[in-house]
Formats: sequence, C-alpha cells, structure tokens
Amino acid sequence: MPLNPAITDLEKLKGHPAVACLLAWNPAAVTGITFDRDEMTIYVDRSNVREACALLRDDPECTFNFLSDVTCVDLYPAEPRFEVVYHLLSIPKKERVRLKVRLESSSLAVESLTSVWPGANYFEREIFDLFGIRFTGHPYLRRLLMPEEWEGHPLRKDYPVEGYR
Amino acid sequence: MILNMGPQHPSTHGVLRVLLEIDGETIVRIMPDIGFLHTGIEKTCEAKFYQQVVPLTDRIDYLCPMTNNLCYALAVEKLLGLEIPPKAQWMRVLMNELTRINSHLVWLGTHALDIGAMTVFLYCFREREEVLKMFEMISGQRMMTSYFRIGGIALEPPLGFFDRVRKFVDRFDEKVDEYENLLTGNPIWMMRTKGVARITAEDAIALGASGPTLRGSGVDFDLRRDMPYSGYENFKFKVPVSQDGDVFARYICRVRELRESNEIVKQALDGMPEGPIKADAPGIVLPDREKMKTQMEALIYHFKIITEGFAVPAGEVYQAVESPRGEMGYYVVSDGTSKPYRVHMRAACLANLQTLPKMCEGGLIADVVAAIGSIDIVLGEIDR
Repeated sequence: MPLNPAITDLEKLKGHPAVACLLAWNPAAVTGITFDRDEMTIYVDRSNVREACALLRDDPECTFNFLSDVTCVDLYPAEPRFEVVYHLLSIPKKERVRLKVRLESSSLAVESLTSVWPGANYFEREIFDLFGIRFTGHPYLRRLLMPEEWEGHPLRKDYPVEGYR
Repeated sequence: MILNMGPQHPSTHGVLRVLLEIDGETIVRIMPDIGFLHTGIEKTCEAKFYQQVVPLTDRIDYLCPMTNNLCYALAVEKLLGLEIPPKAQWMRVLMNELTRINSHLVWLGTHALDIGAMTVFLYCFREREEVLKMFEMISGQRMMTSYFRIGGIALEPPLGFFDRVRKFVDRFDEKVDEYENLLTGNPIWMMRTKGVARITAEDAIALGASGPTLRGSGVDFDLRRDMPYSGYENFKFKVPVSQDGDVFARYICRVRELRESNEIVKQALDGMPEGPIKADAPGIVLPDREKMKTQMEALIYHFKIITEGFAVPAGEVYQAVESPRGEMGYYVVSDGTSKPYRVHMRAACLANLQTLPKMCEGGLIADVVAAIGSIDIVLGEIDR
C-alpha cells in the first residue's frame, strides 16, 4: 500500500467541515493545513486557539465535542520551536481533526482550553511540566508528574536522556 | 480537615495519593496527586529504534499489554503504509479480547475487594490465571507479552493453543454468571454502588472520560465499533451502555463487556483465516529463523534491522484503540530516521481520573474507594 503524498493546499481541503467552519469565522486564524495519511491537521494562530476550539465544539456541522488529547512536540533547534497539538474527536460524526499551534521559544504561552473542556486540565499541566509551556487562564498550573522542585523540562530535546545535566 | 489518602493505600491500585478536604464524613474537595510512578517512557522511546519501543509499551498499562502493543504497532504501520495479512489481524483481535477479559477480571476482583466482597477476588483470579497461562503459551510471558510486532505478530500460535482458548471461552459465560450471582443482586453490593459517585454524560464528555466510564453515563460510543481498526468491522458484538452514571452502571457495563469479549473470541476462533502472520516487508519485518540460516538476503536484512533499525517516512499519526479503560491513543511523529522523533501516549486513565472530583464531592469518604475502583485506574498508564 504506497503512501499518498500529503496535501497542503488550502483550496483543495476547503470542503472539510472543520476547515470551512474556521475559514468562515476568521480566515486569518488558519495559518496552514495538511492532509496526510487520512488525518487532517489545521495550523491555528496562537491567539485564536481557544475560540477556534469552542467554535468547532458548538458548530452543528462539526460537533467536535470531545478533546482526545493535548500534547506537544519540540522541534529544537528549529524556530518556531514548539508545536502544541490538540486532537479533537466528534462522537456523533465519528471523525477526528488535529489542531496545531506553533510557539516561538521567546514567548512560550498559549491560551488554556480548560474553559472549553475542563478535561484539558491534566494534559496542559503535563505539558507545562515536561515542556515548560505556560497556559494562560489555567486554574492550577503546577507540575503534574515531576516533583515540585525539579529543575528543567525533561521532554525538551536539549534535555539529556541519561546522566546529569 | 484535610485528610491524606495514599500513596500506599491498598484501594488506590498502585500509588495514587488523594487529598481529601472533609467536613465530618462529607467530602468538600478532593485533589488527586499523581506522578509517583513516572518513569519517563516517552523520553526513553525517543532514544530507541521503532521496534525497540514495543516492550516499553507493555509496561505502560501492565494489565492490558497487548492493547498497548496493538495501538503502537498500528500507529507505526500507518506511518509506514504497511498492509497486515488477515490472519495476523484476527490473531490480534483474539488476543486483544483475551487481554480485555484479563484486565476486567483484575478490575472486578480488586473493585469488589475494596468494597468488601472478598470471594469474588478469588473467583476472578482463578480465570485470570488461565488467561495468563495462555499468554505464556503463546508469547513465553505471562504479563509483558510484547506479542504484537510492527508488521504482524511475533510467532505462529503453538499447537494446542486454539483448543485451549476454545475450552476457556466455552465455559467462561458460566463463570461470569458466578460473579454476577455473588454481586449483581446482592443487597450490600447494591447499597454500596447504586446512586454512588454519579456523573452525567455532559460532564463525562467535557472531562474527557472514555471507555466504560463514558458508557456508564449513557454515551453509546466504542472505538471498536464506531472507528474500527485491525479488522474489528468483521465482528458482531453489542456495546453495553448504562444510563445511570453511578458505580453500579460502570460495573454492569464492564461485566457485560466480559461476555461480549468472550463472544468476539469465539467468532475469531471460528473464522480464523489461514495465511502468513507477518506482512511481506523485508527490511521492516524480521525474517524467519529458517530463512535467516539458509538465505543470504534474509541474513543481511536481519542484521540491518537489529543494528540500525528501519527508516520510517516522515510524518505524524494519531492512532486510538479501545483499551479496557477507554481511548488509548498513540501519537507518533517521525522525522524520517529509524528512531521515533516523538511518541506520546494518550492514557485513558489520566483523563478518566479527572472525573473523580466530580464524582466524589458532596459524597462520603467511604464512597471514594468505590469511585476510584469504578473508574479502573492503572497508575502505570497515568504516570508513564
């Protein structure tokens, strides 16, 4: 089964309900798009992510009502260095979409989704703990897995796998 | 008053610490504290070859190793664009459902033990032992099986394996009747579970709950049926849903799931196709021992896979499967080399644990134990 090349052309993917919904709301919010291996990825501007998620949740065409996962990827040493990745699931439509927010290492903060889905709480705390990204508006942004007094953020690429820092 | 429960409390199934702010017997606020079992598996994955990550996935959720193996294997196969032969798919479904039975038996036994029903524990572990013996027979390991590999399964099932599974599934329904006789109509069990630790469907969805925790609140969603993977679309089974959202509803969902899993295993045994158990992908799937000793090509591939792994085309994939606890997801990012750039596990328990405050606040201290048991947490998966 050969892999199909990824589609990154916005024009070709306009028909997807999530893309259409976001474009109708604010075309500037969508900064890029990829359709690869049957998975849709939408790059969203950092300042719009909370509203975009609330919109996708409430829109009757999309109904992405379930936040599956929030995670982060460190692209060190590239800039923008971090990508915060949101996986949304539509329980009625049985569909998934991936939202991504790119973050420059000079300002590592993004809006918290806890007001849209309270379930984002632990996922965002985990990212704060392991990557050091701040979520503004989070009710209790403390380390989740590592001890409180730990120095550094273990899942960053410049953090060694073994030995002392 | 603030009361500390755990991390060594027997009802916390591992090392969960819960801070309880109480007013008499009533809970005002509850704060789970996790991280005691954090081993940095996600970081370790980034330093291993793709095939070396498989044994690590067992150790995340040690009660359902094969579900984790399956989820990781499916994710990498999707990255590679590999086609898996039907026999391997059916074997995966069969073993996956046996794993679900295994995991639910541990849950049922320990959950009943927490609430005070000692006998059920012994009954459940009697059957669980048989499942573990079957795991040992097929993979050589009782718990950390690593039986599913990228591109198929590790070994051809040994002689007599299917007969043994058949013998087990033919009698398993009666065993579930035995557990239900002890619990389902039992007045003490009903009083401890009915109406306790309720959660509504809206709250469960908003908090990211999945699996029986979600279906116990009346949301009819199961990834096996609704977003099928690994050939689940060929199987007929019901998805148990209960409307009440209390401990009893989650209990009854899981017990019915035991019966449904048993049915799926029967269907898998009846329809098991013939054919290869590994994908035809030299350079990715290890060659047979026989070929390795007779053919030069196979020897070279074997050497290359072991020493330098295999390159995976750049890209990213999110693959979710229905684990016994809910939506188990693997997000794998490849940069085109033979080591994963990033592996993230979406742990069902981590999200399910967030429902605990909603369930317990306003209830009694004794019901916390019932609530923790009913969401079926495995701390290895939460902390990773």
